[in-house]
Amino acid sequence: MSITNTSATIIQPLPAASSNWLRDLVGIAIILAAAIVGYFLFPNNLALLTRMIAIMLFVLSLDLVTGYCGVATLGHAALFGAGAYAAGIAAAHFGVTEPITMIAIGAVGGAVAGLVSGVVILRGHGLAQLVLSIAIIHLFHEAANKASNYTGGSDGLAGITPDPILGLFEFDLWGRTAYVFGIVLLIVIFVLLRILVRSPFGLLCRGIRQDPVRVSAMGASVKRTLIKMYVISGVVAGIGGAFNAVSTQVVGLDSLSFTNSAEALVMLVLGGVGTLFGALIGTIVFIGVEDFVSAANPFHWLTIVGALLIAVVLFAPKGLYGTAAALVERYRKGGK
Amino acid sequence: MTALFQVDRLKKSFGGLDVTRDVSLSLQKGDRVALIGPNGAGKTTFVNLVTGHLRPNSGKVLMDGEDISTFNPMLRVRAGLVRSFQVTRLFADMTPEQHVALAILQREGKSGRVAGTFQAMPDVMRETYAILETLNLVGLARTPVSEIAYGQQRLLEIALAMALRPKVLLLDEPAAGVPHSDTFLIENALAQLPDDLAVLMIEHDMDLVFRFARRVIVLAAGEIIFDGSPREVTEDARVREAYLGSYGHASSAA
Amino acid sequence: MQTFFSIGVDALAYGMILFVISIGLSVTMGLMRVVNLAHGAFAMIGGYIASYAARDLGLAYGLAVILAVAGTIIIAIPLERFLYRRIYGAPELTQVLMTIGITFCVIGIANYVFGPTLKTIPLPPDLQGPVDLGFRTIAAHKLFAIFCGVAVALGLWYLIERTSFGVKLRASVDNTAMAAALGVRTKIVYAASFALAVGLAAFGGVIGAELLPVEPYYALRYMVTFLVVVSVGGAGSIPGALIACLLLGAIDTTGRYLVPEYGEFFFYLAVIAIVWVFPRGLMGRAK
Ligand SMILES: Nc1ncnc2c1ncn2[C@@H]1O[C@H](COP(=O)(O)OP(=O)(O)O)[C@@H](O)[C@H]1O
Ligand SMILES: [Mg+2]
Repeated sequence: MSITNTSATIIQPLPAASSNWLRDLVGIAIILAAAIVGYFLFPNNLALLTRMIAIMLFVLSLDLVTGYCGVATLGHAALFGAGAYAAGIAAAHFGVTEPITMIAIGAVGGAVAGLVSGVVILRGHGLAQLVLSIAIIHLFHEAANKASNYTGGSDGLAGITPDPILGLFEFDLWGRTAYVFGIVLLIVIFVLLRILVRSPFGLLCRGIRQDPVRVSAMGASVKRTLIKMYVISGVVAGIGGAFNAVSTQVVGLDSLSFTNSAEALVMLVLGGVGTLFGALIGTIVFIGVEDFVSAANPFHWLTIVGALLIAVVLFAPKGLYGTAAALVERYRKGGK
Repeated sequence: MTALFQVDRLKKSFGGLDVTRDVSLSLQKGDRVALIGPNGAGKTTFVNLVTGHLRPNSGKVLMDGEDISTFNPMLRVRAGLVRSFQVTRLFADMTPEQHVALAILQREGKSGRVAGTFQAMPDVMRETYAILETLNLVGLARTPVSEIAYGQQRLLEIALAMALRPKVLLLDEPAAGVPHSDTFLIENALAQLPDDLAVLMIEHDMDLVFRFARRVIVLAAGEIIFDGSPREVTEDARVREAYLGSYGHASSAA
Repeated sequence: MQTFFSIGVDALAYGMILFVISIGLSVTMGLMRVVNLAHGAFAMIGGYIASYAARDLGLAYGLAVILAVAGTIIIAIPLERFLYRRIYGAPELTQVLMTIGITFCVIGIANYVFGPTLKTIPLPPDLQGPVDLGFRTIAAHKLFAIFCGVAVALGLWYLIERTSFGVKLRASVDNTAMAAALGVRTKIVYAASFALAVGLAAFGGVIGAELLPVEPYYALRYMVTFLVVVSVGGAGSIPGALIACLLLGAIDTTGRYLVPEYGEFFFYLAVIAIVWVFPRGLMGRAK
C-alpha cells in the first residue's frame, strides 16, 4: 500500500474539526442571543421561558433515541418524570436541597429509568416496541400514582425548596435565577451533545438508524449500543426533569403521562428529527403556540396539537429546521 | 491440521423447499475459492446461514476448530468471519469516508467512544483513505452514499469488508451491478487482500472466477456437486450438465 | 366459587368486546401495514353516536347500533381517502405521528361537542337485568357481548375463508403487488377492509359501552389495549386475536377483582410481560 502516505497528505483532518467547533460556537451564540432577547421581551413571563428550557432538555433527550437511533417511542416521559421525581423526592423527603446535587440526582434517576425503559422497549421491534413504550409510561404513571407517600399521588409533590445555587444565588420571585441557571445548563448540555453526536458512538447510532443488519455485520452490538444511548438519553431527560422540579418547586403526575411523551414527540417532529437545533426550535414553537392558544381557549388545545401533527406529516416531514436547512442547502448548491 | 473455516453438513429448508442440503466445505488460510452455481442454487442462503443471518435446520460452522454455530452475526464477525451483501446494504445518509472509518473504529473497539471524532484520529484517517484509494473512491469520500452510483456502492461494500480485516471473507457477487469497465477495481482490491486471508467469492462472471480462484465449488439445487480446480470444473460431467449446460459460452470464453 | 364464576364471565365478556373492537385493527394492519393508533377513536365515535341516538333522540337500541356503525364509517371514509392513504408504506414514525394526530383531533372535538362527562347508552329492557342459566345467573348485556364476539368471529371467518372477497383480501395480505398483477383491485380491497374495520370498531364501542365507558379520553385510555391484541395475536390472525383478547380479558378482570387498587398497574405489567415473552406474537411470525 504505497498510496498510504500520499493520501494522508491529500486529506487534512483539521478543516473538518475546526469547522465543527466553529459551528458549536455559532450554536452557543444563537442560544445566548435568543436567551437574552427572551429575557428582555418577556420579563414577566420568565417562568414560561424556564419551562421551555426544561422541556428542551427533554426533547433533546428524545431526539437522541428517536432522531439519532430511529427508535419510535411514546413512553419517553418516563425518563423525564423519573428525573423530576428523583430530585423532588430527594428535596421534599430527604432534605437534599442543594440545587446542583438535585440536578445530579435527577440525572441518576433519569439514567436508571432510561436503562429500564431501554431494556424493555428494545425487546420488541415495530408494533411490539411501540406497545411496550406505551405500556411502560402507563406503568410508571400508575406506580407514581400509587406511591403517594413519596410522590404525593395525583395532588403532586410539593415542598421542594432549593437552596441558593452555590450558596450565592437565591431563587427569586421573578424566576431570574432559575432562568439563568437553566440557560447555563442548556448550553453545557447542548455542547456535550454536539460532541456526542459526532463521536464514533454517534456515528454508530446513525448507522443503526439506517440499517441495523449492516451494523451487526460490522461486528457491532446493536442492542448494547441502543441501551447505552438510552441511558445517556435518560441522563439528559432526567436533568430536564430535575431542573423543572427545581425551578417550579413542584412535580406533577402529568410529567409521567402518555400525553407528555406524545407532546415531546410532536415538538421534535415539528422542529426536525435528528438535529439538535430541530429539537430546540420545535420546543420553542410548540410551547409558544400552546401558551398563546391556551390563553385564548384551552379547550381546543388537543385538537390543535393533532392538526399540527397531521400538517407536519403532510407538508413538512423534515420539520421546520430540517426544511429550512434543506432550502439553504439547495440555495448553496445552486449558487455554486 | 484443523481448517481455518469449516462448514459441517449444513441443512436448511424453507417450508418444503430444501435450499441447502448437507453442505460441507472447509477453507484454509490463503484460500481463494469461487462458489458458483445457477440462480436459485442456494448460494446466498449458504452465506446467510454461515454468518448467522439465518438459522440452519442442522449442521455446524467452525472457525479455527471452535464451534460458532450458536453465535449471532455480530459475534461471528468478531471471530473473523465477514461477509458482503449481494444487494448493497449501506447507510444512505453517510459518506464513504464515514462508512470505512466506522468499520475501522469498530474493529479496533473504538466505536463506543462518546467524544472525539475519527477525523482527528490520524491512524483511522490514514487507513480509511488507503482503503478508499484502493477502490478509487477518494473522489467521493465525502458524498452521501445516496448520491453515488450503484457500481460505486458495490465497491464500498468491499471496502467495508476490507476495513474489518477478517480471517475469512465471504463475498456475495461483488461484481454484480458494477459496470464492466470498473470490474478491474474489484480485481485490484481482491489482489490487495492479505495473503493469509481465506476468501470465498460467489460470482457469475466466469472470466473473473477463472482469474481469481485457485479452487472452484459448484452448488446446484442446494448440493455441492463439484469441488476442485478451475481447470477440472469445465470438464466435469455433472457440472456441465447442471450448470455449464445453460452457460455453455462461458467455458469457451475461459 | 361464585367469585370465580363472575370473574370468568366478566373476563369472557371483556375479552369478546376487545375482540370485536380490535379485530378490525388486526386485519387492516395485516393488510396495509399501517400502525393505526387512532383505531380506538373510531370505537369511541361509535359510542358517542349511539349514545346520542338512543339517549338524546330516544331511538331504539338496534337502530342506534346501526346508526353508530354507519355514521362512523361515513366519518372514516374521508379520513382514509385523504390521510391514511398518504401513509401506507411510510416509515413507522410517520404512521405513528399521523394517527396520533388524528386521535388527538378526535378527542379534542369530542370533548368540545359532547363535553368531558361519561356518556351512557341506555340498554333495551331485554338486555337489562340478569338471565337465569339454570345453575347461575349472569347479566344479560354480558351474555349479549359474548354472543356478539362469537358471531363476529364466525362471520369474519366465513367472510375471509369462504367468499371471493376473502380470497382477494388474503391474496392482498400475502402479496399486494402480485394480487394487483392478477387483477385484484387492491385499492378497493383496502378501502372495503378499512370500512369493515372501522364499522366493527364502532360496533364494539357501542356494545362494550358498559365495560369500556364512553368519554373523550377513551381513545387514549385503551390505545395500548387494542394495540397489544394485534402485537401479541399477530396482525391479520383471527385465532391469534381471539386468544390474545381472552388472555387480556382474564388478566384485566382478575386484577380488578383481586387487587382493585392496583388493577391498572398490574394490567400494564402484564402487557409488558406478555410482549416480553412473545415479542414476535403468539404465532411467532416475524414482523
Ligand atoms: N427467506 C426465504 N424464504 C423462502 N425461500 C427463500 C428464502 N430465501 C431464499 N429462498 C429460496 O431459496 C432458493 C435459493 O435462493 P438463494 O440462496 O438466494 O440463491 P442464489 O443466491 O444461489 O441465487 C431460491 O429458490 C429462493 O427462492
Ligand atoms: Mg444470490
